[in-house]
Amino acid sequence: MEKRAAMDSDQVYDVLVAGGGNAALCAAITARTAGAKVLVLESSPKHFRGGNSRHTRNLRCMHDRPSPPLTGSYTAEEYWRDLSDVTDGHTNEVLARMVIAGTASCREWMIDHGVRFQPSLGGALHLSHTNAFFRGGGKSLINAYYRTAHRLGVDIEYDTEVRDIGIDEGRFEHAVVVHNGQERVIRAKAFVAASGGFQANLNWLREAWGDAANNFIIRGTPYDTGVVLRALMDRGVKTTGEPTQCHAVAIDGRSPRFDSGIVTRVDAIPLGIVVNTRAERFRDEGEDLWPKRYAIWGRLVAQQPDQTAFVVFDAQAIGLFIPPMMPPVEAASLAELGALLDLDPVAFTRTVSVYNDAVQPGTFDRTALDSCTTQGVVPPKSHWARRIDTPPYYAYPLRPGITFTYLAVVVDERARIVWEDDTPARNVFAAGEIMAGNILGQGYLAGLGMSIGTVFGRKAGEEAARSARDDR
Amino acid sequence: MARVCNACRYCEGLCPVFPAIERRLSFSESDLRYFANLCHDCGECLDACQYAPPHPFGVDVPRTLAAIRRASYQHYAWPHAFSGLFERSTLTLVLSAVLAPVLFAATLAVTAGAETFLAPHRDADGAFYQVMSHTAMVGLFGGLAVLSVMALLVGVFRGWQDLIDTAVPAPSPVTVRQALRDVLTLRYLGPHRDVDRGFRRVWHHCTFYGFLLCFAATSVAAVYHNLMGWMAPYPLLSVPVMLGVLGGVGLILGPIGLLWIKVRRPAERHDRAQFGMDVVFLVLLFETSVTGFLLLALRESAAMGPMLGIHLGAVAGLFVMLPFGKFVHGVYRCCAVLRSVIEGGLK
Repeated sequence: MEKRAAMDSDQVYDVLVAGGGNAALCAAITARTAGAKVLVLESSPKHFRGGNSRHTRNLRCMHDRPSPPLTGSYTAEEYWRDLSDVTDGHTNEVLARMVIAGTASCREWMIDHGVRFQPSLGGALHLSHTNAFFRGGGKSLINAYYRTAHRLGVDIEYDTEVRDIGIDEGRFEHAVVVHNGQERVIRAKAFVAASGGFQANLNWLREAWGDAANNFIIRGTPYDTGVVLRALMDRGVKTTGEPTQCHAVAIDGRSPRFDSGIVTRVDAIPLGIVVNTRAERFRDEGEDLWPKRYAIWGRLVAQQPDQTAFVVFDAQAIGLFIPPMMPPVEAASLAELGALLDLDPVAFTRTVSVYNDAVQPGTFDRTALDSCTTQGVVPPKSHWARRIDTPPYYAYPLRPGITFTYLAVVVDERARIVWEDDTPARNVFAAGEIMAGNILGQGYLAGLGMSIGTVFGRKAGEEAARSARDDR
Repeated sequence: MARVCNACRYCEGLCPVFPAIERRLSFSESDLRYFANLCHDCGECLDACQYAPPHPFGVDVPRTLAAIRRASYQHYAWPHAFSGLFERSTLTLVLSAVLAPVLFAATLAVTAGAETFLAPHRDADGAFYQVMSHTAMVGLFGGLAVLSVMALLVGVFRGWQDLIDTAVPAPSPVTVRQALRDVLTLRYLGPHRDVDRGFRRVWHHCTFYGFLLCFAATSVAAVYHNLMGWMAPYPLLSVPVMLGVLGGVGLILGPIGLLWIKVRRPAERHDRAQFGMDVVFLVLLFETSVTGFLLLALRESAAMGPMLGIHLGAVAGLFVMLPFGKFVHGVYRCCAVLRSVIEGGLK
């Protein structure tokens, strides 16, 4: 009965939200609280609801003084510097500063709507002054938001994909949705696009990356196929960012194609060396502290032959990084390890010995930019360089793990999407990964995705409810 | 499963099981038994898990640990020949909750003679002992208690060896005190909004403290009888009866509440064999309490004899089953909580 009512074609909703992750629910809850009649369309089955938010664990927050669980302070200026640093200026400063300011107050709102926080996770203590961790991780957050949305009377439909949207003279009129294989038209006064990037759409990835995309692994939800993004593009929305830009990290090459989340991430890179399939090193593995560099390795591996690389380390590194789900490849000698990895054993042992010979004496400290460095090898290893000489030897095969794509619909500070002629839409809004590229043109900062989703989700919900109210 | 958890760590703030996993890089069978006995089966981590079934990784921590926990009870049980009882819940239910009371009452009827057995008695005459002599009662229950406690102690010793002796450092008064506090307050049987809104802790408190009060009632009665020479039955406002009534109420409400929560849990949240074991213990506690109240109400009527037989039979069934049923969970849970406190507990 409930289902029929929610999907009733005669009904006109105030706000229709496409997507079921953090940004979508922040928008839905905010719009509902403002009095709007809201329908959320989540394309996944109930169990896999929440998009990539299911795999998240924290959000990056500014705060001027210690505010549990956050330690120390993280001012808006520091936040902005970190962001412009990783994006190399490819960011919209107005929107970025709006997100940063929004993170100062959003935790209270989150707590009011059921989210719980906890101190930094073990192995992520370096984030304790910048990132607030969700108790129980992103799925707990998502569960809390769905519970709240349900209690407030938001209508929610699972297994329901928005296939197309009807726009008339720049105004959203209806969405064409598919539920249980049946196509329906749902009308609403305002539309919020919070349906993620297109990273799970392998054809689209191939358009951008060519055949290299065949070797990409999608870390998150298989439901982010970019259908709404494409529909908006077809209707003349202005976009920003390159289709090849994305948040990508190096993950275990043996991971399943989709949805393996955090447990396949390989954080051993600063503790060893990385070689490609030609057994050559290609990048300084100890350039900077790992949290500042982990997000560049997805692209680096994507640029190697067969989009494959191997991180190689020895017994000294065991216990110094969070072990991924699958055990590493292990061998008693380097030659044996090379053979197991299908590398030319001569080239591989030579690469390791050239590196070993270049290692200078120093004092190892994993938590700081230490004095262990190399001399006379290209590329160098600037920190944490220790000889790889203590058996057993280990390796993880690496592949690019795509978290989400940055090609985005352009939005303004009211979360309205902007048409190609630079006019903002009256009743179409966007939040989350589908517009994150406005702020993240390249690079990544841990916890920023959830910050953008939360701040813009709430903004989109508020504006959508207002737009629907003005429409009455 | 433990490898996925150790790589993910999102549940670290939920309970001490996850920090315990994170402290290790590899997991021995003894480690798994430790995690399993530390788990209070609240189910919160299953809801929080991004890898829970139907995800292809199929991580189900509560159910996995429930199976290991059940196997650990059998692993520690002594005499080992009886360890099969943990799995055969229907059999143990029939033996202890049905046959024991019926046979006990029948035996009393035969030994006391039908006339005495079915006659109304007055409290003043030491009613209970007219049906079964005090010596027989003490002899029988003392014997059962000695056997049960012996079996339990051996099990506890084995559990202690497995769960505590390997802990570094050894327990200290500080860690023991903290562990006791965690256990007595059921700190980790947390409210889980999706599942029970915190009632499980309430019902468990009723059951546990009800059990303690009943035990206290029996102990006071033993002192009355042996030191003061006062004979049972005691008046309604006496200490043993009041303690027994309070504890008995707990032992009625608690098991009903726990059973209610248990049956309402969806099937995919149960380890089947564990479920049977839980039900047997709860039914036995409930039966003991209800028959106790009936005995109190009917003790000056002709039904006193049969009621006494049934009640004592239920108590005997409960006693015999203690080392081979759910009762043991408390002991091993204490060991596991103590070890977790020693290791640093919840971060």
